[in-house]
Amino acid sequence: MSTASTVRWDQLIEPDRVHGSLYTDPAVYEAELERIWYRTWVYVGHESEVPEPNDYVLKSIGPQPVIMTRDRQGDIHLLLNRCSHRANLVCDAPQGNSSAFRCPYHGWTFANTGALLGYPFSSGYGGRELKSELGLAAVPRMERYRGFVFGSFADDGPTLVEHLGAAAGEIDRLVRLSPEGRIQLTAGWLKHKVRANWKMLLENETDGYHPQFVHASIFAVADSGIGELYGEKSTAVSRDLGGGHTENDLRPEFRRLGEPLRWFGTSPDRLPDYAARMRAAYGDAAEQILVDGSPHVMIFPNLFIAEIQIFVLQPTAVDETVQHVTAIQFAGAPDLNRRMLQQTIGSVGPAGFLLADDSEMYERNQRGVQVRRPEWLVLKRGLHRERLDDDGHLIGDATDEVPMRAMWAHYRSLMEDGR
Amino acid sequence: MTATPRLDTDLLRSVEHFLFLEARLADEGDYDGWEALWTDDGVYWIPANGDDIDPSTQMSILFDNRSRISLRVRQLKSDKRHAQNPRSRLRRLLANVELLDAGAGDDGDVVVGANFLIHESRDRGTTLWGGRTEYRLRRVDGAWRMARKKVMLVDNDRALPTLAFLV
Repeated sequence: MSTASTVRWDQLIEPDRVHGSLYTDPAVYEAELERIWYRTWVYVGHESEVPEPNDYVLKSIGPQPVIMTRDRQGDIHLLLNRCSHRANLVCDAPQGNSSAFRCPYHGWTFANTGALLGYPFSSGYGGRELKSELGLAAVPRMERYRGFVFGSFADDGPTLVEHLGAAAGEIDRLVRLSPEGRIQLTAGWLKHKVRANWKMLLENETDGYHPQFVHASIFAVADSGIGELYGEKSTAVSRDLGGGHTENDLRPEFRRLGEPLRWFGTSPDRLPDYAARMRAAYGDAAEQILVDGSPHVMIFPNLFIAEIQIFVLQPTAVDETVQHVTAIQFAGAPDLNRRMLQQTIGSVGPAGFLLADDSEMYERNQRGVQVRRPEWLVLKRGLHRERLDDDGHLIGDATDEVPMRAMWAHYRSLMEDGR
Repeated sequence: MTATPRLDTDLLRSVEHFLFLEARLADEGDYDGWEALWTDDGVYWIPANGDDIDPSTQMSILFDNRSRISLRVRQLKSDKRHAQNPRSRLRRLLANVELLDAGAGDDGDVVVGANFLIHESRDRGTTLWGGRTEYRLRRVDGAWRMARKKVMLVDNDRALPTLAFLV
């Protein structure tokens, strides 16, 4: 085993292959926490999860528990769940509505802004006033983009918009599918625990090579056309969006077919209310929005927008990851939302038609990567045919490993720039 | 002193016999036999984040109408359901069987509750699943059939490993 300071990243990450120890070495994991999870922008939660003043919800940044609160004025805060006195957890309910958190150990009470409101028997501190110095710690930086709340443990660094770069456009594309231009994450979360390193999940999210094999059973028995989107003849592309963000862009296939709502396996006559609201909201542009559909984008390191679902990756150990997942609900689209929820319940989570098989692959990979030879994982697929699109982004065919190479190049830059 | 209502032991034995059959078919991966135990309007449900959520607005671990039950069985039988290929080795115990309602609804359905423990073994390791199931049973052509099976895992609010067998 190595220590974080002795890991030679250039010897483990090459342009077309990565070393197996990156998934198993505890020192690599410790270094990732410091250089990625406790430094870059990490997705935490969505504004719609705390809709009312004084709402709160327990979230996380990697293994760190974070309380996302909305204060009386409506401002959002990301607080660390640790009493400033004796380090007890101040919040243990998964969500609720409260203007304050009272530590059960000695009764210290904190506002949902983090401010220390009071502590019992205050004369015991000899008249010294603690309130100004002993509030709850906050995640140093918090920024929002179209309702998505991100946190960063670094005091300074790129802004959220700089971090998102071209991936912001994918979030824009997602929220345009709502006639009101916003999504709501109000359906609750499934939490699926897998015995695999988080990067096995990260890479799989935009791996267009696996669906026809891993999901062969459900595609066959459900007579699904999804597999063909990720076939050899597909016109869909895999894309490096920069900053470690990647996507499978299925729009070329949906534009070729030219049928509104085909991306969701339905048609406007089956969702007439939704189609009418979209036309009212966007006019002539609605047709193209409904043909193009929803993005399939992995925003580094933990936010995966999978057309109709949101997944959040949470590493909890070098070989354990919790995948949180919920159905996207579009504001102003009740008929679409009912179907999206039921389709999501069928597809994802521990018993899902799709995700149970993905998770089986993650866990088999994690066991396999501990086998001693050949040491490396290969990222060569599509190297000979990668090319630039009109926006200057590197793209490949639907089944190519452009996204994995993009993630690893960004990962290496973060790990080498350890500061 | 209040008299205890007389227990219909014949009904209880008959219901238990059915529950034990259903448990064994699930444990042994007899998918066709298991599917045949459902009524045409059967609903198979595993709630998440509590036992009393609204499955029309909240995420469940599993919420299958009759056609989706059939889809699930066909996927399991396909030999490409990787999460159950190879199948988990399973044995479950049912206990605390209670008749909760001996004549519910227009069909006179019987509502039964039972606690369970399931020991699952696969390459991932062993997992102990525990909870309570509520069944709604109906007599169809002289035999019990399931109109509803609601599985309330004790840890349904926590991060759970893959659960691809018939629970």
